[in-house]
Amino acid sequence: MAAGTLPSTDDVWRWLSEVPDPEIPVISLTDLGIIRDVVWEDDTLVVSVTPTYSGCPATTVINLDIEAALRARGIEKLRLERRLSPPWTTDWISAGGREKLLAFGIAPPIDGTAADGRLVARADRLSGRGNLVVACPRCGSANTERLSQFGSTPCKASWRCKDCLDPFDYFKCI
Amino acid sequence: MAGKVDQEALFEFLLRMGDNTLILGHRISEWCGHAPVLEEDIGLANHALDLIGQTQLWLGLAGEVEGKGRSADNLAFLRDAWDFRNALIVERPNGDFGHTMMRQFLFDAWHIEMLMGLMRSADPRVAEIAAKAVKEVAYHLEKSSDVVIRLGDGTEESHRRMQAALDELWTYAGEFFVADAVDQAMAKAGIAPAPESLKPAWDETVGTVLDEATLTIPGTDYVHKGGRRGVHSEYLGHILSEMQFLQRAYPGSVW
Repeated sequence: MAAGTLPSTDDVWRWLSEVPDPEIPVISLTDLGIIRDVVWEDDTLVVSVTPTYSGCPATTVINLDIEAALRARGIEKLRLERRLSPPWTTDWISAGGREKLLAFGIAPPIDGTAADGRLVARADRLSGRGNLVVACPRCGSANTERLSQFGSTPCKASWRCKDCLDPFDYFKCI
Repeated sequence: MAGKVDQEALFEFLLRMGDNTLILGHRISEWCGHAPVLEEDIGLANHALDLIGQTQLWLGLAGEVEGKGRSADNLAFLRDAWDFRNALIVERPNGDFGHTMMRQFLFDAWHIEMLMGLMRSADPRVAEIAAKAVKEVAYHLEKSSDVVIRLGDGTEESHRRMQAALDELWTYAGEFFVADAVDQAMAKAGIAPAPESLKPAWDETVGTVLDEATLTIPGTDYVHKGGRRGVHSEYLGHILSEMQFLQRAYPGSVW
């Protein structure tokens, strides 16, 4: 690809918005907020990606998917960089991404409810003050309970609806 | 800054961080498929995954600082026991589920204070790893505190087992707070908090949770130590024989 015919970074962002997350394919990598930067360094395209959880096994697959998608668009010189700082937060999941999660049956994260390691949060939770109300993504009931802080992927917790009795995933806040 | 910081001490310090998460991550991964209920099984596997992910970051940076071309994988799979720098508590056997969660709790209560200190590190590479890891460890601590309280203040049998776990593990927890020359160099350079400075906050967390769990803190100040300078119990060798088998039998194999 000769210099001067390089696609714009807007085009690249648009292409990346079509790459699905490998674990939750209803949302794209840009919905998830993990693409931090797209820049040209001379004729090399540099894409900065941030991991969700540090041990998320999808990270490798995500990098492969990005590379495959961009190569298919004719990008020849490509470098993927890992960016740790600032650390990814669920706040970066786009509004569109949240709607898609909900439609797929995953309750989207409720901002500002991440664990912070302080015991006072635990006391609040036990006394009912800090309790999360997560609506069931299927029937909409707020009569739900947490089964486990951990779920089918590092980013999710297991919940259950006490009205429709369906178990569901909650995309927990970090 | 790089000129003033003792790079060998920094390398040692990073190994300590990475080896703690590696060995504990491996230990709790042993529960995969064996935990008492599915949610706990998945929970422990998630903890293990987070810790192994953090290991990649710590040991990756260690290799970079060392400057001999060793990757995180090299450091994890091709060192022998005496080159590991984890505290002894993380290599202790799992015991029963309650015992595993007690060890996890004592570790998490230290880990979170350490990471919060490291977020203010003078080395931005250290600070960014800590800022990433602390979000995960906040969940670990919440989880392990809940289980310790549930089982400690549970049935007569669960209480008995949790007290036994505490009695056995207590003398291993103190190793995190005993400083040596590496720790002093790191504290002086503003890279890491002094180990003993984390003790009051740890005492408070542990005291609060164990009190709520109706468990009694053992009345001994004895501290088993050695792991952080490479003097390990026999358990580490057994962990490594399993963890490193593939790279030892088929050197350099990749997938």
